Amino acid sequence: MQHISVMVDGTRYDSDVEPRTLLVHWLRNDLGKVGTVVGCDTSNCGACTVLLDGRSVKSCSVLAVQADGCEVTTIQGLATGDDWHPVQTAFKECHGLQCGYCTPGMVMSAVDLLSENPSPTEDEIRDGLHGNLCRCTGYHNIVKSVQYAADLMGGSK
Amino acid sequence: MTDILETGTAIGRPIRRKEDAKLLHGRTNWTDNIQLPGTVHMGLVRSPMAHARIAKVDLSAALAMPGVVGAYDAASLGDMNANVLCVWPVTDDTVMPPFPALTGDKVRHVGDVVAVVLATSATLAEDAIAAVEVEYEPLPAVVNMVDAVSPGSALVHDAAANNTSYVYNLGGGYDEATATADVVVKRRFVNQRIIAGYMEPRAVVAAPMGMSDEITVWSATQIPHVLRVVLSLSTGIPEQNLRIVAPDVGGGFGGKLQMYREEILALQLARKLGRPVKWNETRSEDMVASHHGRDQIQDLELAATKDGKLLGMKVDLLANMGAYLQIITPGTPLLGMFMFPAIYKMDAYQFRCTGVFTNTTPTDAIRGAGRPEATFAIERMMDELAAELGVDPMELRVKNWIQHHEFPFTTVAGLTYDTGNYEAATARALELFGMEELRAEQKARRDSGDPVQLGIGISTFTEMCGLAPSRTLGALKYAAGGWEHCTIRLLPTGKVELVTGTSPHGQGHETAWSQIASSILGIPIEDIDVIHSDTGRAPYGMDTYGSRSLAVGGQAIKKAADRVIENARPIAAHQLECAASDLEFRDGAFSVKGDPDKSVTLGALAWAAFSAHNLPDGIEPMIEGAATVDPEDFSYPHGTHLAAMEVDTETGKVRVRKYVCVDDVGNQVNPMIVEGQVHGGVAMGIGQALYEGVEYDADGNLLTASLADYLIPSAADLPSFITDRTVTPSTTHSLGTKGVGEAGAIASTPAIINGIVDALRPMGVTDVLMPASPQNVWRAIQAAKGASA
Repeated sequence: MQHISVMVDGTRYDSDVEPRTLLVHWLRNDLGKVGTVVGCDTSNCGACTVLLDGRSVKSCSVLAVQADGCEVTTIQGLATGDDWHPVQTAFKECHGLQCGYCTPGMVMSAVDLLSENPSPTEDEIRDGLHGNLCRCTGYHNIVKSVQYAADLMGGSK
Repeated sequence: MTDILETGTAIGRPIRRKEDAKLLHGRTNWTDNIQLPGTVHMGLVRSPMAHARIAKVDLSAALAMPGVVGAYDAASLGDMNANVLCVWPVTDDTVMPPFPALTGDKVRHVGDVVAVVLATSATLAEDAIAAVEVEYEPLPAVVNMVDAVSPGSALVHDAAANNTSYVYNLGGGYDEATATADVVVKRRFVNQRIIAGYMEPRAVVAAPMGMSDEITVWSATQIPHVLRVVLSLSTGIPEQNLRIVAPDVGGGFGGKLQMYREEILALQLARKLGRPVKWNETRSEDMVASHHGRDQIQDLELAATKDGKLLGMKVDLLANMGAYLQIITPGTPLLGMFMFPAIYKMDAYQFRCTGVFTNTTPTDAIRGAGRPEATFAIERMMDELAAELGVDPMELRVKNWIQHHEFPFTTVAGLTYDTGNYEAATARALELFGMEELRAEQKARRDSGDPVQLGIGISTFTEMCGLAPSRTLGALKYAAGGWEHCTIRLLPTGKVELVTGTSPHGQGHETAWSQIASSILGIPIEDIDVIHSDTGRAPYGMDTYGSRSLAVGGQAIKKAADRVIENARPIAAHQLECAASDLEFRDGAFSVKGDPDKSVTLGALAWAAFSAHNLPDGIEPMIEGAATVDPEDFSYPHGTHLAAMEVDTETGKVRVRKYVCVDDVGNQVNPMIVEGQVHGGVAMGIGQALYEGVEYDADGNLLTASLADYLIPSAADLPSFITDRTVTPSTTHSLGTKGVGEAGAIASTPAIINGIVDALRPMGVTDVLMPASPQNVWRAIQAAKGASA
């Protein structure tokens, strides 16, 4: 077992983990951060995307021990209480989700995308989200959601 | 016809969804989130071989491992090894081999289940799976359907001669009707096997509930109500002791319209061990374990006069059942049986379908279920016929389709379409598409020999959905009915509980059902709570599939809401001291006709009915309305989908340059949700056309065994869509609505392939295998070049 200390959604967690433990499993099983979900076993779907020190990662492809000393933000920490992050607001407003299973990862990837590129074109959005699969929406309204979020956050197209 | 769409306040508006707050904040309850004390984790020992005799199963090493609390094969599970049930024997002599949860004699597909292990953690269960020793004696694998039905083939089931489950015939008279045909187009199309591809893998938790006899099963399923019945029939557990809950479910697309062996095993083992049993699959496990769909070889003939008038169509299908019959495996291709003639008038239609067993994962319904295959066939054939006749493919369609003034119209397949307006949808689609400019560009590219050619793909589709009139289902030998239920309860504080038998997994029922009830009852949407997907709280229902939830369930909501008003009326009359017939109901309140100041709200009546201090004689306390509605007919949405396809003739790479679709789904409760359904459906149909396909090698090994090998399109692989709707209300459904969930997936696949073939037709190409990957397109081009050389 290895000791790790990670700030997750604003709270510090100290934990002893098996070295093989994936970050996503530690978040879900040890911390109860079940808003972050698993959709595949080949790092293709992106449903498990979280922010690690502000950048999006697929938490199925990161070991929990690699997050030692880092800051992790999940969908549950993006906005606290009844608050809404602009990306969350935009996804609701533009109907950018249906079943919602890809949504935590999609939102976190969009947050990262907009932090890098505050006013992305449609092609840049599609390219930026190509690691996150959705079966419900056909991505049309996800693209619109990200464009709308960019507007809300002050980016201009 | 109802007038609520005119008077309602909430219906017909793009109201933002109630569901989204929790989904966007991660406050979700997926089955895999459920962690009960004392849970043991189930692991399945799956066959690595497509076809083999099981010589020996040795569980001893697994049982000796720390943390392992049980391991069973078919023999040791004994009479708890219940069968997966097929509820749709399509003919009197359909061969339906037993499908036990654990197979005992042979394995019949890669992923077939030989044994089950139970351990105190999921990782220990994984280790225990690896410790089970199974000796297999390989048998010849039956993979290809044409070979499977040929004499001398190995058999998947000894009871199924020629690997045939059934042969189904419909219609006739093709030869007579087409004797004078000037043109007969014959084609063989392959509608390839695909997966549902829901983002949430399947999961099950089964738990005995304390001191009672109840066992609760949480499952990522589309069909909690149907599942309760079939699990009871299969296991013998009294139905009243089973509670099935579908918590938040992350997509279904037909793939979770199933009774799966894992649900049986979790239930039986929870009972056996007296503690909660949990199973959640990996995605790679899902690829072999969850049913696949489509997979037809279609031999088609379409006959016409030289003027382009259709005379008849002949359809001969080989439909791949896979290794076993799941819940509606045999019936799935027959859901397309009535749809080959589609929107066209013709004199004769002759259909035959052979259900074929192979050593592959079972097939069953996936979004559209039989209708995408039929629509692909007819819309591709219309283009082929147009090319043969040298006429514009849209002109050929216009010449043969049912005109808007001819409804209701009984088709050659025997369905009566209530309404439709193909002219209006097509006119709007052509306007949005810019057909003339694109045809001009196509000509310019052809004339200049541009390596990137442009093609125009058309799909003027219809479908039958809103499953379904129970009598029709009975006539087709489906075991259950197609009704839907709703109960609406007024709570003492004036809030409303709306209990529905539909089981949403992304469709936004909580929002849309609230809109319907709000419009009728005059109670704000936020005061209406929609209860669903739990047989303990919503006991009656037929669940969600076949674009039925609004088309059928919506009618039940309307009827239940109307009954709430009627049940409240005598209490209102008593309070207002007038005759019930003197009351009118509007905007959530009863008032006396001609004296609008004398009124009482539904909320006030709810309290009066709760306190029951002053009810009229003979009126029982509490106010509710319940209704179970069997639909009068299917609903028949339609639309015109147009695709402009760029095809690089040097590399075979294609690009969707422009996609326009105008759908007619009748009245819309929430246009935003309707549009979202169209987007997702179109994307799934494009996925089949361009990217997706389950592939096996000759030995029955699954080559597309993970999402790294099976290509579900990403945002970068798809365009934005240009969408619109025409509105031709259904006359057989009380809200005037039609289904929408499957429409896009049915319509888009032939539009895309027609576009690619149109681009390449001058080169001699008449078909492209799906998925139209660069490789398949390039091969089609090379084959055509070779043929012309």
